[in-house]
This record gives sequence, structure tokens and C-alpha cells, in this order.
Amino acid sequence: MAGYILKRLVSAIPVLLGISVIVFVIMAMIPGDPATAILGSYATPENVEKLNRDLGLDKPMVQRYFIWLGNMLQGDFGRSFSLNRAVLDEVMERFGATLILAGTSFVLCSILGIAAGVVSAARQYGFADKAITFAVLLGISIPSFFLGMMMILIFAVQLRWFPVSGMWPIYGARDLSALISHLTLPALALAVVATGVIARLSRSAMLEVLRQDFIRTARAKGVHERSVIWRHALRAAMVSIIPVLGVQAGFVLSGAVYIEMVFQWPGVGRMLVDAILKRDILLVQGGVVFVAACYVLFNIAVDVAQSLLDPRIKT
Amino acid sequence: MTLALRLTGLSKDFPVGKRLFGPPRAVVHAVQPVTLDVEEGETLGIVGESGCGKSTLARILVGLLQPTSGTIEIAGKPLDNADPAVFGRMIQYVFQDPISSLNPRKTIRQIMEAPLRHLHGMSADARSARIREIFAAVNLREEFLDRYPHEFSGGQAQRIGIARALAADARILILDEPVSALDVSVQAQVLNLLADLKTQFGLTYLFISHDLAVVEAVSDRVAVLYFGAVVEVGPAEQVFARPRHPYTRLLADSAPVVGRPLSAPEARETELPDPLNPPRGCAFRARCAHASALCGETAPALEQQPDGVWVACYHPLTGAG
Amino acid sequence: MSGFFRLLARNRLALAGLIVMGLVVLLALLTPLLPLADPDVTNTANRFKPPLSEGALLGTDHLGRDLLSRLMWGTRLSLAVGFAAAVIAATLGAAIGIIAGFYGGRTDNVIMRGVDMLMAFPYILLALAIVAALGPGLMNALIAVAAVNIPFFARNIRGITVGIAHKEFVDAARLSGMTDARIIATEVLPNVVPVIVIAMSTTVGWMILETAGLSFLGLGSQPPQADLGSMLGEARSALITNPHTSVVPGVMILIIVMAINLLGDGVRDALDPRLKSGALSRPMPTTLVDRSAPVPKPSDDGLLSITALETQFRVKDRVYRAVGGVDLHVEPGECLGIIGESGSGKSVTALSIMGLVASPPGVITGGAAYYRGDDLIGAPYEVLRSLRGRHVAYIFQDPLATLHPLYTVGDQLIEAVRAHHPTPRAEARVRAISLLKSVRIPNAEQRIDSYPHEMSGGMRQRVGIAMALANDPDIIIADEPTTALDVTVQAQILSLLNDLRRERGLAIIFITHDFGVVAQLCDRVAVMYAGRIVEGGPTDTILNAPAHPYTSRLMACVPELGQGRRVLAAIPGLPPAVDNLPTGCAFADRCHKVQPACRTADIPLSGPSDGNRVRCIFPMTASSEASA
Repeated sequence: MAGYILKRLVSAIPVLLGISVIVFVIMAMIPGDPATAILGSYATPENVEKLNRDLGLDKPMVQRYFIWLGNMLQGDFGRSFSLNRAVLDEVMERFGATLILAGTSFVLCSILGIAAGVVSAARQYGFADKAITFAVLLGISIPSFFLGMMMILIFAVQLRWFPVSGMWPIYGARDLSALISHLTLPALALAVVATGVIARLSRSAMLEVLRQDFIRTARAKGVHERSVIWRHALRAAMVSIIPVLGVQAGFVLSGAVYIEMVFQWPGVGRMLVDAILKRDILLVQGGVVFVAACYVLFNIAVDVAQSLLDPRIKT
Repeated sequence: MTLALRLTGLSKDFPVGKRLFGPPRAVVHAVQPVTLDVEEGETLGIVGESGCGKSTLARILVGLLQPTSGTIEIAGKPLDNADPAVFGRMIQYVFQDPISSLNPRKTIRQIMEAPLRHLHGMSADARSARIREIFAAVNLREEFLDRYPHEFSGGQAQRIGIARALAADARILILDEPVSALDVSVQAQVLNLLADLKTQFGLTYLFISHDLAVVEAVSDRVAVLYFGAVVEVGPAEQVFARPRHPYTRLLADSAPVVGRPLSAPEARETELPDPLNPPRGCAFRARCAHASALCGETAPALEQQPDGVWVACYHPLTGAG
Repeated sequence: MSGFFRLLARNRLALAGLIVMGLVVLLALLTPLLPLADPDVTNTANRFKPPLSEGALLGTDHLGRDLLSRLMWGTRLSLAVGFAAAVIAATLGAAIGIIAGFYGGRTDNVIMRGVDMLMAFPYILLALAIVAALGPGLMNALIAVAAVNIPFFARNIRGITVGIAHKEFVDAARLSGMTDARIIATEVLPNVVPVIVIAMSTTVGWMILETAGLSFLGLGSQPPQADLGSMLGEARSALITNPHTSVVPGVMILIIVMAINLLGDGVRDALDPRLKSGALSRPMPTTLVDRSAPVPKPSDDGLLSITALETQFRVKDRVYRAVGGVDLHVEPGECLGIIGESGSGKSVTALSIMGLVASPPGVITGGAAYYRGDDLIGAPYEVLRSLRGRHVAYIFQDPLATLHPLYTVGDQLIEAVRAHHPTPRAEARVRAISLLKSVRIPNAEQRIDSYPHEMSGGMRQRVGIAMALANDPDIIIADEPTTALDVTVQAQILSLLNDLRRERGLAIIFITHDFGVVAQLCDRVAVMYAGRIVEGGPTDTILNAPAHPYTSRLMACVPELGQGRRVLAAIPGLPPAVDNLPTGCAFADRCHKVQPACRTADIPLSGPSDGNRVRCIFPMTASSEASA
């Protein structure tokens, strides 16, 4: 098993390099030169040239890439001009907030989605199935940012059950209960879409598995139906559900950008949008590479989980 | 007697565990060098159990796979490039699964026209005349031409598959388990049709099957494959009646036959050798009661016995039983 | 094509989606012609007018612009951008996927690694990076959304293409002299298009959400031009004071996306061939029973006696009478063979006994199956469950498909033991090992921890037999247990089954299509044709002197080893479809002895109850057999 994890980590290296190349190439497509963007259009040519030299922008593309990569590997992601702060520090701090939000949502949507899918498949065409199918349709059709806004309106403004926005109270203790009350609405709003997608896929994966011959074998053995569904069918269905969870984690992370905007959550998504609007390229670059790298590592964890589940995968 | 097909040292290796660059991690010898002659007008049966390489061999013969080594000669002329379009005019293939060998989104006419158009460049009139002729030969009604494959039963679809192979006007047909997917009562219809077509068009058949009884019933000669190699070749009436290779004997004794009491020729569970780690010497050695030290050293070559049967065995059976 | 629309229209939800979508698209197309206020003219004096105000049906926004007009123009823009993104992504993605999937090998490897790299990003990061590079703007948002979706299409279409490229009809096309380009265009593409359409129809809604999302973030359409997303984004600051400015565009997005999703699901259902036959239903724990006629009384006191069993498959408006009145009985220790071609109803008969016929679409519509005097048909689930595997056990055909791929064979055996006898796990494991030994699996102590995929076909079937033996059943129903096996392995399995039944006094119902197997294993045999038994009796009698023309001709058309080269006596024609059975004898159309009387009325199974019973009014006699 350790060998397999190591193998997967090694195989992630080209992917991580690929990611850095893609980000670098996209950023290199920016028209005009970044120095002007940083210094503003009133900068003197001397200053622009100096900054270009400082940033290494006078060198050829390939060389610039390796300098940038080398710096990143040493933990130097550059300095954000708009915040006047090291990019890595800012990204790490913001990513922590995003992780709390997206992680909670991911756990919620995995559990709810799979449970809903299993129940739906086991009671195909019954009332529970119809209700779940309709809820799922609503869930995957509603824009999460609109849902978030409506939740604020109803649960925060009208009912006053939860705070309107932010991660911590402006005054008062920053304890767990404060975090939970701030987290509830955004985490739910973020989880809805992914729950719908996971429920749908779990349902069809379960339906597919329930038609397999080995389910008939289990029934012919006299195994109880509860065990047929939750032990035999769900385990086999998980083989196709787990990769979907990996993909959905990416969607939750993506959806977090909108939710962070709506709920003023101090996460990395809001940071990126602000950075784009301010044309703070180094911050965008650093943020994207850092989050994408974390996502690659997460997907390795998904692969390892898959190999634990399915003995047919060679470890 | 003229030779329709001659295979000389034909073999196929499959790489296992391919990498993006560099050599593969291992190689499986799916077909060991095979040398066989097929006479014009003959039906050569090829039998073997799953994994013996019989379908790989068939796909090499029609150019769908490139052989690793060896040559194919058709009517005395060597074929050196594996271009199915070149092969297609001389040798054709009838597939095991009649339904999946027909494109579900094309009409039967479109399917039938493809070989006429692309192999022979016929005009529209010539094509429809030729299709009419072939359909008459395989007992199919012309109104079927404008239907889609899913409207046909397995037996009818297999007739269409045979008609397509005939349309290419090749003299040699490779029949890869042509009746295995069919029900027994339909199986006989297709086998009889194949026999009629053979005399009518003067065809040569390579009939591949796992069903010993079917092979025996349709073939002139039979070649037995084990683990990618030919272990015995002989006249159909002799191969199973008086097997010379211990493996052929095992096959013949295992087939359920009415009137023969149930017996397990092999009491213990035996498995095919591991293709990734093939044994030294004869591949059948571990299952063979007659194996000697010699068998463990080099694999026996296919040699002709006094009675004309070819056997790859150091200790061939006498043929009495 | 017309069939496609009929299927779509039959799905009421999809039809609703189609109507709503049609209306929205129509309104979007007509927007320039409608008498609407200019959407971009600001009038700060009239800001935040509530809905239903004079001159502004939906009210006005923070700059006093008419919300209805902005909504209509915004919808138009959002739809156009969403569809454009979907078409671009689908076209490029499909092209990449088809090339990778068709050519395979290194081409595939290189392309798919690139795709994997793009998919290694949470998609919005890629979209944000692209917008960051190109600058905010609706066109750039469109490019970003299309670009991040290309990998999804490419991967999906590649998978389908690989499947098609390995189909035999592609090989056949090669042998017909077609070039690669022509094969892609005429063989592969027509089979991929439905998948592309499905993928597109289920992602258009998603694309609209995505572009709206980027606009919401201020990275898409730029003021004063508005799409639905940017309307929502601009309204956010006034969410609490003037919620209607948010609700109007938000609800519109919801309606559009929901209608598209409904429609997309309908398109998928109409195009997916598996769904056409209702195949994606999950089978229920027991077969549905719907007996209208009175339940027949037990006719004899055998171990298991089946009387007038009828099982149907109800698919859409068709009824397939898979089993049309079957009587069978089995004595303790006896081996009964059921022989027939595919579709003859032999497996369905066997599965009906313990309610294991997949339902839907299967329904048991008549008859009874008495196990020691108790009717199993329609028995409550808990009763059936407690009998399954304990008294009546099954062995199925394909041992790879019938064992759970993710549990060790030991786990599966232990479960079989504990399903009926609550024993400690360790004790059950000891029992499992002894079961494996009893089916002659070498190294049972080690083999017990193997997974099914680590075993050979013959080994797996031995495990299947061990599982059936786990609770010392009275009857084993073996449904073609050796059909998927090689001939040498088949011989081993048959002799094992034969030994076990003699040692343990097991009754076996053995289903097969092979006369040789029946001859070697079975005491009595029943021949099935088109859902009914046409002949039944002692094996020797039937094999030596078949009385039904079907039995006799079926035996004549199967080659048997040792008879040399010969012409086979084929039976003309095909078995009848069981959804449209003729009156009288089902074999009449193929029978060489057919008389008008054969087609007039139902023909009973007649003959002595202990001898050869036959469903024929002109059975074969010794003399007619000689001439046949």
C-alpha cells in the first residue's frame, strides 16, 4: 500500500509540472506588460524597465518559466503588489478559510448525496424516489449564488437564525460555535448542487449494480435485502461513485468562489476575483497553482481510497 | 492440389504494461510460430480452448493484426503489408457475434455495398446486380436490404455477415466461431449453408471453434491449438477418434457424449500455464501423464508421424484408443 | 427520428421542459420586436421601483432601468452565450475524443495526458486564469467556459469511441477496404452522435449557469450590457433593501436551467437504447406475483412440485409469455434436466421457483411451486428469504459475474453460512474452508482469502457450488453452470456435481442446452420449447426414442463427437416470438409432420405419469423416426 501511494505521488509530478506550464502559458498571453499594469500608466519608462528587470521579464519565456518554477519550489511565490504581502502567506491564510467552507460542504454533499441516491434506487418509482428526484432536479438547476442570496434573505434577514455574512463575528469570541453559526448557511448553499449531482450518479450507479448477477446470487443465498442494498450493492456502486466524489470536490472548490462572494467569506476564491479585477497577476498565478496542486494531492487520496475498495486495482 | 494459403513461422507477441516511451514491461507470446498449409477447396478446422490464440491467429490472417514474425502466402504469392484492403480481396472474415459485426446505423444495403465499392470500385448498377446474386446464394430476401441490423435474428444476421464476406469475392474465408452465438437449431442451418457455398463458389475455409463436435462435422483436417502453438494436425475423422497428442486426447475425452458415462479425465483442478511466465519445454507437461525429463527442456516440434498425422509431442500416443 | 420525438413526447416532464424552453427561446428571439423600454437607459429618479409599478411591470433597478426589459435582453444574451459555449465545447471535445479513442496507442496516450492535466484543475481556477489573462468580458467568459468543458467532453467521447473502435463492424469495414477517415466518418461518428447530443443536452444548463456565474463575479458581461448573471451581481448590494432586483433574474435562471435539465433528461432517455426497453429498472427482492386464476392444488407429494407455472415479462405494451404453464416435480436425490434453446423459458422457470426473476419486467401470473407442500409462489418475502439458500440453492452460469467482485470468496461463503445460521465468524470460516475442500479446491486455507478475479473460471464455479452447499440444501438448481467453461473444465465440474449429489442425496434441477450433458448427468429430462414442456420422461427413453418431433429433430441437428464429417439435418425457420404465440402447437410452423389439427387448439401433455409424456398429437413412432 505504501508503495502504491508512493507510486501515485511520483506520477503526480508530471501533472504538477503540467499545471505550472499551463498557468504560466495562460499568464504569458496577457496583452501589454505586467510592469505597466503594476505601476500604472503614469509610470516613467525607466521605472518600468527596472521593474521588468527585477521581475526577470526581459529574459526569454523558457528561462522565465524555470526561474518562476525554481522560486516556487523554494516557497517564493512572489509579492502581491495590491496587498503588498508575500503571495504564499496570503494564499495559505485564505485557503485555510476556503478549506473549512469547502471541506464541510464536501462532507455534507457526499453523505447526503450517496444516502439519497441509495434510497432513491432501492425505492425506484416509489414516493421517496420521486421526491428525491424532484429535489435533486431543483438542486442542480438553481445557481448556488442565487440560492445563497435567498438563504441570507430568509434565514439571516427574516428569521435571524444565522449571521448575514463573514466568517467570524465582528465583536465577540472567535470560538467554534461562532464559526458554526457563520458556516451553516454558506456550507449548505455550496453543498446543494454537488449533493444533487452525487445523488443522481449514486442512484444510477446503484440501479446499474442492482441488475448485476452477483446481486441475484446474494438474494439466492438468502441474504437479507437490507444487506443486499447496503453491503453488496452500495459497495460495488462505490467503485463508480468514488471517482465522481473526486470530480465533485473540484466543483465544490469551484462553487466556493461564488459562495465566498455572496457571504463575504475570506477565502481564496474571493481573493482571486479581487486579484483579477485589480490585475494582480502574481497573486492570481500563485493562488491558482497552489490550489490546483492541493487538488491534485486530494485526487491521489481519492485514487488510494479507490484501490482500498477495489482489489482488482493493482497496487 | 494447389495451396490456397501457406503460413510460415507466423507468430504474434503482445506487449504487456506499455509505457509511454521505452520497451514494455513484459511480452506475451499469444501465437508461437505456426507453420500450416491449407489446400484449395479444403476446410481446415482449428480448435482450442479459450486463450489458446486461435482468434489472434485469425486476425493476423486477414491483416487486422500485424504478425511479429513469419509470412503469409496466398495462392503462392507472399503478402507483406498488413493492409486489410489488400487482404480483403483475397481473404475474408466471418465474425463470431453476427449482430455486433453489423453497424447498427447502416442499412444492410449500405453494409453490402462497402466491399463492392471500396475493394472493387464497382458502379451502382453492377453493385446492385452483384448484391442480388449473393443474396440469392445465401437464401436472403432482397427486401431485407433496406432494413437495419437490429431487425434480424442471430441466424439471419450471420447470413448477412457471410454475404458481406462473399461480396469481397475472396477465395478464402476465415470463419471465427461462426455459429457459437447461435441457437442449436439455427446453428445447423448456417453450417449447411456454409457447406453449400463452399461447393458453389469453390471456397477454402479456416473454421475456428471451441466446439469439437462442430469442427469434426465440417472439417477435412483439424489443427489443435494449445497455449498458442499447434500441437496436432490431422484428418478430421482421425484427430478425435484416434488422438495422438495427450492434449487432444484430453479434449476428446472431456466432451460430453450421449451414451458415454460421466468421467473426469482430470480429477484435479488444472490451469493453463501463466502467459507472462511460460514454462520451459512443453506447455502441456504439467497436465500430462506421459511427461518425461525431455519434455521439460525444449518444446517438441510439430513432426509428421508415419500415418501422416503431425504431432508436437516426444511421446505421442499410439492411436489405438 | 420520429420515434425519438414520440419517446420524448411520452415523457411528460420532458415535454413540460420543452414547452417552457420553447417559450423562453421564442421570447428571447422576439425581444428586439417587443415594445420594451431601452434596457440601458438610466433614470436615477425612478430607482428601485417595486414590481407592478406603472410603466415598469417588474419594477426598476438601482439605476432606474426597467427590469422587465433588462430581463428579456439579459435572457437573450445568457441563452446565446450558454448555447455557444456548449456547441464549441462539444465540437472540439468530441473531435479530440474521437481521434484519441479511434487511433489509440501513443496518440491516445499523449492527448489524454493533456486532458488529464486540464482536468487536474478545479475547473473554475482554469476559467479564472483564462479570464485573468484575456481580461473581463462576456466573450472571454464564453471562451473560458467552453475551454474548461472541452476536457469533460473529450474524456466522455473518447470512452465511447474506444468501445466502438473495438466493435467487430469496424474490423469488417477495414476488410471492406475502407480508409480510416471514412471509417471515422461513416462507422464511428453516427454511433457517437447520440452520445454527443446526450452530453450536450445534459450540460447546456450547466454552461448557462457557469457563464452567469462569471458575470455574477463581474468577470463576464460588462456594464451597461447585462446578462442574467451580471444583473444578479449588480443587485447583490441591494439584496436586503430591494430583494426584487435579485429575485427577478435569479428565478429566470432557475426556470431556464430547470427546463433545460428536464428536456436534457428526456433527450437522454429517448436516445439511450438501454432505457427504451425499460432495462434500467432495478429488480425487486422477489418477483411480482399476479395470479388471477385459482391456485392449483398440489398434485403429488414430491420434494418440489411445480404446477401450471406461468411467468410473463411485461415490457411497455407487450407481454412476453416466457413460461406458459409448466409442470415439474423433483424427488429427493433425483437429477432432473431441463433442456431447451435460448428463449425456451428454461431459466425463467428455474428462477421463478424462488422468486428470483427480475421484476420489473417479470411477473408470475399463474401456477404454484410446492416445496414440501408449501406454495412458494407469492410467499411473503421473509419466508422466501429463509428458504433461499437454506433448502433450495442456486448455481448460476457465469461464475465471474455471479460472485461479488469486491469480497473475498471466504467472505461470500461465510455470509452464506451466517445468513441462515447465526454462527461466530471464526466458526463460519472453518465451515467455509471445509466447504472449499469438499468441492476439491486445493490449498483451501489460502484460497479462502482470494478474490474471484484471482481465480480461474473452473475454480470460481467450484466456489459457486460450495456456496450453494453452505446450508446443506435439499435441492440445487443449476442454471447452465458449465456453459461458460472450457470443455476440459466442464468435465471436472460435471463429475464433481455428480459425486456431490450421490454423497449427499441432493436433488438437482440441471438446466442446459447440451444433450450430452443431460445424458451423462440426469435421471429424467424435460424438453422445453417456447415456454412449455413439449416432452418429459426418463433420460434414456427420451434420448433413444424421442416422441416429440422437436426433440427428435433437435438431436439430429446437433453434431456429436465421434460421428465424423456429415451433413446436419437442420430445422427450418426460427422459434416463435413468445409475445405472439400461435394457437395450437408452437412448433407447427417448423414441423415436417404438421397437420391442420396441430393449429386448432391447445395440445395437452399426455402420456403415463411415470413414463414419457409428450405434447404432440402425432408423436414420432419407431417407424416414422427411421424415415425422418
